[in-house]
Amino acid sequence: MSNQNRTMFGGRIDRGQVINFVFNGKNYKGFHGDTLASALLANDVHLVGRSFKYHRARGILTAGSEEPNAIVQLGLGARTEPNMRATEIELYEGLEAASQNCWPSVNYDVGSLNNILSSIFPAGFYYKTFKWPPSLWLFYEHFIRKAAGLGYSPTAKNPDRYEQKFYYCDLTIVGGGISGLLSALAAGRSGCSVLLIDENPELGGYLLDYNFSINEKDGLKWIKNIVDELYSMDNVRILKRTTAMGYYDYNYLTALEKVTNHCDQLSKTTPRERYWRVRSKKIVLAQGAFERPLVFADNDRPGIMMASAGKKYLSRYGVLPGKSVVLFTNNDHAYQTAFEFNDKGAKISVIDTRENIDIRIQNKCEDLGIKLYSSFSIISTKGNKKVNQIEVQKVDRKQNELSGECITLDVDCILMSGGWNPAVQLFSQSRGKLKYDKVLNTFVPDKLIQDQIIIGCNNGCFDLSKNLNHSYQEGLNAAKDLNYEVADNINWKGEEEISFTESSVEPYMLGKKKVTKGSKHFIDFQNDVTAADIFLAQREGYISVEHTKRYTTTGMGTDQGKTSNVNALALMSHIHEKPVDEIGHTTFRPPFSPQTFGAIAGRSVDHLFDPERRTSIHKWHEENNAVFEDVGQWKRPYYFPKKNENIHDAVKRECLAVRNSLGMLDASTLGKIDLRGPDTAKFLNMIYTNAWSKLEIGSCRYGLMCNEHGMIFDDGVTTRLGDDHYHMTTTTGGAARVMSWLEEFLQTEWLDMEVFCTSVTEQWTVLSISGPNSRKFLQELTDIDLSKENFPFMKFREGKVCGIDSRVFRISFTGELSFEVNVPSRYGRFVWEQFMHHGKKYNITPYGTETMHVLRAEKGFIIVGQDTDGSVTPMDMNMDWIVSKKKQDFLGKRSFTRSDTLRSDRKKFVGLLVNDKKTVLPEGSHIVEKALKQPPMKMLGHVTSSYYSPILGHPIALAMIKNGMNLLGEKVEIPLMNGKVIEATISDTVFYDKEGNKNNE
Amino acid sequence: MFVIKCPYCGERDQTEFSCHGEAHIARPDNPAEVSDEEWGEYLFFRNNPKGIHFERWTHDHGCRRWFNVMRDTVSDKIIRTYKMGDQKPGVQDV
Ligand SMILES: [Zn+2]
Repeated sequence: MSNQNRTMFGGRIDRGQVINFVFNGKNYKGFHGDTLASALLANDVHLVGRSFKYHRARGILTAGSEEPNAIVQLGLGARTEPNMRATEIELYEGLEAASQNCWPSVNYDVGSLNNILSSIFPAGFYYKTFKWPPSLWLFYEHFIRKAAGLGYSPTAKNPDRYEQKFYYCDLTIVGGGISGLLSALAAGRSGCSVLLIDENPELGGYLLDYNFSINEKDGLKWIKNIVDELYSMDNVRILKRTTAMGYYDYNYLTALEKVTNHCDQLSKTTPRERYWRVRSKKIVLAQGAFERPLVFADNDRPGIMMASAGKKYLSRYGVLPGKSVVLFTNNDHAYQTAFEFNDKGAKISVIDTRENIDIRIQNKCEDLGIKLYSSFSIISTKGNKKVNQIEVQKVDRKQNELSGECITLDVDCILMSGGWNPAVQLFSQSRGKLKYDKVLNTFVPDKLIQDQIIIGCNNGCFDLSKNLNHSYQEGLNAAKDLNYEVADNINWKGEEEISFTESSVEPYMLGKKKVTKGSKHFIDFQNDVTAADIFLAQREGYISVEHTKRYTTTGMGTDQGKTSNVNALALMSHIHEKPVDEIGHTTFRPPFSPQTFGAIAGRSVDHLFDPERRTSIHKWHEENNAVFEDVGQWKRPYYFPKKNENIHDAVKRECLAVRNSLGMLDASTLGKIDLRGPDTAKFLNMIYTNAWSKLEIGSCRYGLMCNEHGMIFDDGVTTRLGDDHYHMTTTTGGAARVMSWLEEFLQTEWLDMEVFCTSVTEQWTVLSISGPNSRKFLQELTDIDLSKENFPFMKFREGKVCGIDSRVFRISFTGELSFEVNVPSRYGRFVWEQFMHHGKKYNITPYGTETMHVLRAEKGFIIVGQDTDGSVTPMDMNMDWIVSKKKQDFLGKRSFTRSDTLRSDRKKFVGLLVNDKKTVLPEGSHIVEKALKQPPMKMLGHVTSSYYSPILGHPIALAMIKNGMNLLGEKVEIPLMNGKVIEATISDTVFYDKEGNKNNE
Repeated sequence: MFVIKCPYCGERDQTEFSCHGEAHIARPDNPAEVSDEEWGEYLFFRNNPKGIHFERWTHDHGCRRWFNVMRDTVSDKIIRTYKMGDQKPGVQDV
C-alpha cells in the first residue's frame, strides 16, 4: 500500500487492520482508527474539494468538527449524505466519498473560472446583480443554485432507522477532554448521575495529541485509568461519537449520537443515529477551543493547515502531511508542533509575527536547527493544487508596513496558528454572555445564566494545572449542590512543555492591506469570504456585525464560522479602530454541527407520523373493498366500490339504496362524551344555544355550540339517559376540542358546578341504519318495540340488539327513517356482520362518508367545518330556531348583538342550483353577481358543499351568499378555473322531502 | 423548553402541556348588562408585558387539569404555578 506520508511508528491507528476506501473514484488504503482526512493525507491527497464561490482548490484545514474545507459527499444511493466533514468521518471498509462543488472533477473544475473572474464577484454580488426585475429571480436562482454546488440530497427514501431518547440526570458534561473527564470523575465518585458526551470516537481530547504528564504519570496511561474508572461506575453514562447540538432553556440539551455511521455494515436492530433529548439539573461545558487561522494572502491553498491539526495528524494518526514545512504563528504554543515535525524528520522553519520571542524557544530552535524568522509575515503563497512556495518579508511594527527584502521559500506544507478561540457556541446558545479578552484576543465566557458550569479551555483558561484542579473541584461542587456526599479533593499537577497562557498572543491583523500583498486573504474558507469583502461591506455601510455577516455571508456556512468568526470581528474592529467589544458578535444558534432530519424525526415517520385511529369494524371495511378517507386521525370508509365501479357509480348506488330501502354507516367515530352530575342540565344550558332544562329522560335533542364570539364551533345530538346523566355526541373532528372546551369552563369559570365529563368515543361502536325499511329490518333483531307510537323520532331506548345490550337512538342525518345502534365496541363487528347477514332481503348497503355527505346535503343539514368556517353565527345559517330567546346567558349569546354580527349584509346559508342541470360546482368556488373578464367584480360568496344528487337526478350545492335569504330565485354566476362561467339560481337549502315526512314515518 | 410544575402532578416537561394565554380574565357575571366596549375588552384585549405575566396552562398529557403560571417573559423563568381559584400572587411575592 502506498501511504507514503505515514510515519514508521506511532499514532493511535491499528496498523494491522488495513481498510479499503474510494475517494473520487480511486481506490486507497488506510488503517483502522483513521479518519477519511488522515487517510487521504497519508496517501498524499491534499486537494479534496473546491470552494463554494470561486471554486478554488481546497485541502484539509483542521482535524475536527470545525472543518470548513474538506466537506464531502459520503456514501451512495439512498444513504448518500452531503456536506460531511472528512475530518470527522471514521474510515470503514468500502467507504465511498467524493468532492463537492466541482464539475467535471476536482482536478479540472470548470467553475474555477469564477476565480479568474473574481473581481466581478465581490460581497453582495448576487444582491446587486439579480435584484431586478423581481420576476426573473426564479430564473436566476436556478442557475445560482446549480453553480453554487454544495452536495446533493438522496432522491430515494432513507432506509435507515433513527431513534430518540429522553434522558434525565443530575449532571451532563459536554466534552470528554481532560477537563470533562475530571469533572465527571469528581461528580461520579460523589454519586451523581452523570452523562458524559463527546463527539469523538475516543475520550481524552487534546491530551491524545499533546502527550504530557499529569501527577507525574504518562498522559495516555492517566486517561486510560480515568476512563476505565468512569466506565466502571453505574451512575455514569458515556456517549462517544455524540455531538451536543442545542442548549435551550431549563438546561434542556439535544445531542446526536452516531451509533452505526462508522460501521461498514448497518445493523438491522441498531439505529443509525440516536437523537438525545436530555434534561439535567446542571450542565458542565468542557468543549475546549478551536485554533484560529491567520489571515494572509492566498491562505487557502491545499497544504495549508492549522498547527494543532498538523500535530494531531502526526501524533494520533502517524501521518506527516509535509516534508518541507513552515510554521506561521503569533504565539508560543504552536512551537510544540514545529518541534514534533522536526523530530519526525520534516525540515521546518518558523515565521513568527512577534518581535519578542521567549529566549528558551529561541534557544531550542537554534539547538534543533530550526530557522526562525522573527517579526516576519507570509506575504504570498504559490501552488495551484498544493502550496509549493511562499514569500516572507519583515514587518516594521511601528509603521505597520513591510520592509526589507522578500525571501522565497520552497515548502509543501504551512502550519498556522493565530491563537485559540474557546468553543462558546453552546454557552452562547444557553444565553451565556461573552466578553472580549484582550490577552487571548478572543471572546470568552463572562456571565452564566442557567444552572451551568464552564471549565477548562472552554472557559478561556489555558493553564493546564489550573484547569485540572478547577475541573475536579467543580465536579465536587456540583455534587455538593445536589446534596451528595462529596468525594475527597485531589491536587492535580500537569506538565506541558509549552503552555499557551505563559506566552503572549499577538493580535495579528493585516493593517489596511499594508503588511501583506497578493490576491485573496480568506476569512471564511467555506463561504469564500475574503478580507476585501469585509472592507467592502464596511465601505458600503453594512457596519453592524449582523449586517456584515449577511452581506458577506461570513459565518453562514455549514460550519457556522467556527474558524472564521473571530477573525472577521477582529478585522472589523481594526477597520473601525474600535475595540472588538464594541463591534460585538453575532448570535450562535443550534445546531452546533449539521444534523440529519432523520434523527430529528426519529420514529415519527410513515404510519407512525400521526396516530391512526380505527373503528372496531375497520377490518371488515378493508375486507370489503372500502376506500378510506382520513377524518382527523380516523380512517373512515369513503365509499365501498363494487367491481368496475368508480366513485360516482358507487356513491350513486349507495345513495339510492338508503333512499329506497336500507343503508348502513359506521358512525363510531362520532365524538361521544358521558356527562354526569347534578348541574349537568344547567351546564348544557350554558354550552348550547338552545334550552335543555325540560328535556325528558329518554329524549334526544340537537344542539349547537358557539364560542364566545358567537360563532358556531360544533354540533351534535345530546340525550338524557337518566336524572343527572347525559350522552353527548360531537362531530368526528371536533371531539377532542369539545371535550377540552367543556373542561375549560368547568375548571376555570364555573368551579362550583358539579359535572363530570368522560370521553366514551371508543367505548361505543355506532351502526347507523337508515332507509324506509330500517324499522322493519331492525325489529327482527331486537326486543325493543320500535313502533312509531312507542319509539318516536328523537327518542332513546335501551334493549338487546342481536342479543347484545345496546343503546338505540332514533335520530337521522339522512332525512330517512333511521336508528343509531350503539353497542359496546367489542361487539361492533359481530353486530355489523349480523346486520349485513339479516339485511340481505332488504338489500342492506354499507355506505361511506361521501354518501353520508350527499344525503345530508339533499336535506340541507350542515357540516360544521365544511359549511361553516369559524366566522359564521347560527343566524347566518338560518338556525335562529335553535337560539334560545328566553335563556339569560349562554356561551356566545352576548356576541350576537355586537354590531358586526348584527350586520344585515352578512353572508347567509342558501342552496344553489346550476341552470345547466349538469355541472357539479367545485367546492370553494367564488360566486359573483356578473362574471367579468378580469377582477374586480362584485363578489357575493362561495360554494361550501356541492354534489350530484342521485335521487333528484341533478347537482345540488350549498353556499354562503351575502344577503342570500333576500336573493332567493336570483341568478348568480360562478367563474371556474378553466375560464368557463356557470350560471346558477339561489334556492332554499332543503332539496329533498321538503316537508320532512320521511323520518317521521 | 420549560420544566413546569403541575400543581397536581409535579415537575414535567413542557411537551406535556399547552398554554392558553393570559389568566385572571373573568367572564362577566351578566354579559347582557355589559357594554359592547366592555365585552370587546373581555373577548379581544390581552396584556403582552415585558416581565411578569400570568397565564393559563393545561396538563394535557397528564392530569388534564387547568392551572395558572406566573412567568417572567424576559428570563422565561417560571416563578410560580398555582391552582385555579387560588389567589393571584402579587409581584411583591416574587
Ligand atoms: Zn398534572
